[in-house]
Amino acid sequence: MSTRETKDRLELLQGTLDLLILRTLIFGSQHGQGIARAIQQTSDEELLVEHGALYPALQRLEERGWISAKWGLSANNRKARFYSLTSAGRKQLVQETTKWNRLTAAIGRILEAEEG
Amino acid sequence: MFRRKRKASDFGAEIEAHIQLETERLQERGLSYEHARTAARRVFGNVTNVQEHFYESSRRLWWDNFWQDIRYAARMLRKSPGFTAIAVLTIALGIGATTAIFSVVDATLLHPLPYPHPEQLVTIEDDLPGVGARDVGISVPEWHDFQRSGIFQYVSPVGGGDVNLTGSSEPARIRLLTIPPNYFALLGVKPQLGRSFDPEDQTPGFNLEVLISDGLWKRSFGSDPRILGKSVRLDNDLYNVVGVMPPGFHDPGATVEESNIDVWAAAGFAGPPAPPPQRNLRILPQAIARIAPGLTIELAQSRLDALVASLQKEYPNDYPLQSAWTVRLVPLTETVVGNVRQSLILLLGAVGLVLLIGCVNVANLLLARASARGREMAVRQALGAARTRLIRQLLTESALLSLLGGIAGLAILFCAKGFLLQIMPDSLPRLNEVSINWSVLLFALAASLVAGMIFGLAPALHAGRVDLIPTLKQEARGSTGSGEQARTRRVLMVTEFALSLVLMIAAGLLLRSFWDLLNVRPGFNPQNVMAVRTWLPVPNDPDTDIYKTSAQEAPFIREILRRGRTLPGVQEVAVGDMAAVPLGHGRNDLNPYALILEGRENQSDQAPLVNATMVTPSYFRLLGMTLQRGRLLSELDNENAAAVAVINGSFARTYWPNEGAVGKRLRLSNARGTTMNRSWTTVVGVIGDARTESLAESSIPQIYLSLYQHGPKDLAIFLRGGLDSAATPVELREQVQLINPELPVFGAQMLNDMVTASLSERRFSLEMVGLFALTALLLAGLGIYGVISYIVSERTHEIGVRLALGAQSRNILRMVLRQGLGLAIAGAAVGLVCALVVSHLMAGLLYGVRPTDPLTFAGVAVLLIGVALLACYIPARRAIRVDPLVALRHD
Repeated sequence: MSTRETKDRLELLQGTLDLLILRTLIFGSQHGQGIARAIQQTSDEELLVEHGALYPALQRLEERGWISAKWGLSANNRKARFYSLTSAGRKQLVQETTKWNRLTAAIGRILEAEEG
Repeated sequence: MFRRKRKASDFGAEIEAHIQLETERLQERGLSYEHARTAARRVFGNVTNVQEHFYESSRRLWWDNFWQDIRYAARMLRKSPGFTAIAVLTIALGIGATTAIFSVVDATLLHPLPYPHPEQLVTIEDDLPGVGARDVGISVPEWHDFQRSGIFQYVSPVGGGDVNLTGSSEPARIRLLTIPPNYFALLGVKPQLGRSFDPEDQTPGFNLEVLISDGLWKRSFGSDPRILGKSVRLDNDLYNVVGVMPPGFHDPGATVEESNIDVWAAAGFAGPPAPPPQRNLRILPQAIARIAPGLTIELAQSRLDALVASLQKEYPNDYPLQSAWTVRLVPLTETVVGNVRQSLILLLGAVGLVLLIGCVNVANLLLARASARGREMAVRQALGAARTRLIRQLLTESALLSLLGGIAGLAILFCAKGFLLQIMPDSLPRLNEVSINWSVLLFALAASLVAGMIFGLAPALHAGRVDLIPTLKQEARGSTGSGEQARTRRVLMVTEFALSLVLMIAAGLLLRSFWDLLNVRPGFNPQNVMAVRTWLPVPNDPDTDIYKTSAQEAPFIREILRRGRTLPGVQEVAVGDMAAVPLGHGRNDLNPYALILEGRENQSDQAPLVNATMVTPSYFRLLGMTLQRGRLLSELDNENAAAVAVINGSFARTYWPNEGAVGKRLRLSNARGTTMNRSWTTVVGVIGDARTESLAESSIPQIYLSLYQHGPKDLAIFLRGGLDSAATPVELREQVQLINPELPVFGAQMLNDMVTASLSERRFSLEMVGLFALTALLLAGLGIYGVISYIVSERTHEIGVRLALGAQSRNILRMVLRQGLGLAIAGAAVGLVCALVVSHLMAGLLYGVRPTDPLTFAGVAVLLIGVALLACYIPARRAIRVDPLVALRHD
């Protein structure tokens, strides 16, 4: 198997999964398994996403109207439920990204100061 | 919030697809299917967990819990059929009765006028307060002024009457309404067949067109679709049928008689048979109007006041200042239902109290059951059920119970509908419209749900407050109710008593009023007297009238008297006009005259209006009216003799308070009619007051004129003797038609029945409120019986100990009774205070008894406490028969 051992991977911080899903969907609609793969690949297999954990998050995002869902056919002709970003979701993604950048920058500054 | 719900199967399919996709991806990397699938599942995590999360976050949970509660509640109710039956029946009776009364209120008070924009409809009433006269009718020029004023869209004077209809399948006596052509445009109703009158039609007299009712069309013309253009003969004149009104159309009227019109004829009231228009000739008894859009009644009234003021200036001779002419706009609703509003609200209040008392009873039952189920609740709570969840479940049980009760109540109502409609008095407005419609059903649903919440709340709140440890520790004996619960039950009991007492006092006051009215001495003797109506036709052309003058009519009257006396069993015969029928005439049957007294002619501008009655001399003897002074009318007071009158004591006291009335002269000028009596009438006698207008009113001035001298057209023939209510009218008809075969003889009624009928509305209120009060008493008795039984059964052990220690059974009895008595007295005290308020509100419905009648109040309180003691006595007897040994071993 080319995947690394599970225990080496990073666990997601709470609340960041939503952001990652929205970010993933910016390239076009995608089904659940595709989102999970994309997150893992884009993070160079660093992030640990239990695929099942994706679904409550998808459901929540759908209820808030940030993403919409539709059954369709996958690349290899399998029926799958495809999610895509709504315009409200796009706005949300911009907001959340800004917030995240400020947060990480702030935390990074504090951690560096302590090291120094 | 309620976006389209996703099904769990859809979610499952998505997860399955996910795992499948992942498996295929891993297979591409060279794994075997089994390995790939296992790995895909592993990386997915706990499928069940995810599915549970989906399930809980969806709204299905709420719904599932609801269903679970309903199913559980249904199971619980099935498990105790006795309790369920009693509770459902109590609620069913309460809801059924409340809904029945509401259906009447809905048809009368809430929807009195089934026409578009009913708030624009008013009646126009002319008052002459300066001479103490109200609602004297309007004159034709006034009508035209109102119509042109811009205040109203339409103004329609209306006049009712009966006519003989010929030209249909069989001759009939029907109700006709004379209306101006704009009448149906005013009401906003179109005929189902043909056309209505042209509202702009200016024909001064009758335009010889009629519209007929759906009922008459079906009855007399067999629903003939070619009825239009056919002629019918009304009295002597031919009319063209131009339209048929839709089924269910009724005129705005306070009684069935007033609103069940069969034929409408249009007239301009300005040509024959009406007299030439004259400003002071108020020939139009009633007028309705639709105020112009955008105007409120208040605004219209103020503009009308200005118009009246300018008319008074313009025609000072017709509107003398002393009479203080005013014109009032009264909402048509008020005219139609104003006089029954109080009765109906009383009934609705009474039946609402019964429902409330029923709720209290069911609440008590539920509380008793709740303490029996205390353990169940404690166990469920110990297993992790949330308090709110328990409360919700109990409320669901109550709601189910009340809905079952509501459905059963509606079922009862549907079955009893025919009977209920029968016992309602005919005088109830809009009786035709009473039905079980959607708003009534909705009311029943709402009432049962509210009832369910009322009786379910106390037990549910208690259940939430169960103290876990002690309840669970208790042995199989079940639980005793907490002190708090016992307190709640006592409060409920006191409430129930108070409510019952209020109802019973209301019923008691009505009963006393009714009793007083029944025992009133009417001043005439209605026993063995029959009144039969006949009617002389009034052709539109006066020259063809064979009874045109009183001299032409008098021989006919004498012939009726002569032939009437020959009928079997008849001892006495008299003839009068419709106003002469005691308690049996309507407002339209009265003949108001302006009264001018000799020596006070210069005050004629403020002549008071009096209602005159025309009778033959035998009338007084026949009805047993007593002569006080002077003489009665005699056969010599005929069409050729000087005009004479007999007055009653009240008339004499009103107009000649300090002098003898006999020998005084007066003149009556017909305010509405076609003739003016210019000669003086001499008062020849005074008779005792008789309550011929209303049993409730003791002294209304009455004046009786000689029928021979006036010749009225609507006649009542009075017969006294051993009469056969079936055969006599037929025999009389034969005799009358031997004189003139074209005359209708109809409407035979025994005077006794009319006296009874005049009380029908009061009787109805009394019977209803009485029935509700009895129900309330019964429920209160059952309620206290239940509470005391429960207390006794809880204290069996204690009573056993007391008996074992030497207590006398007398003491035990007293102890139990004292508890019941305490509750009853507390309830009665609260109830008496409430009853004082209620009885003052219903003062208008009482007769001869004050709202604070001490006898009624005391009597009802004693009765209620007596019933309470009786209800306590049964469980108390059980208490003293407790065997100490058994009671002590019980533990």
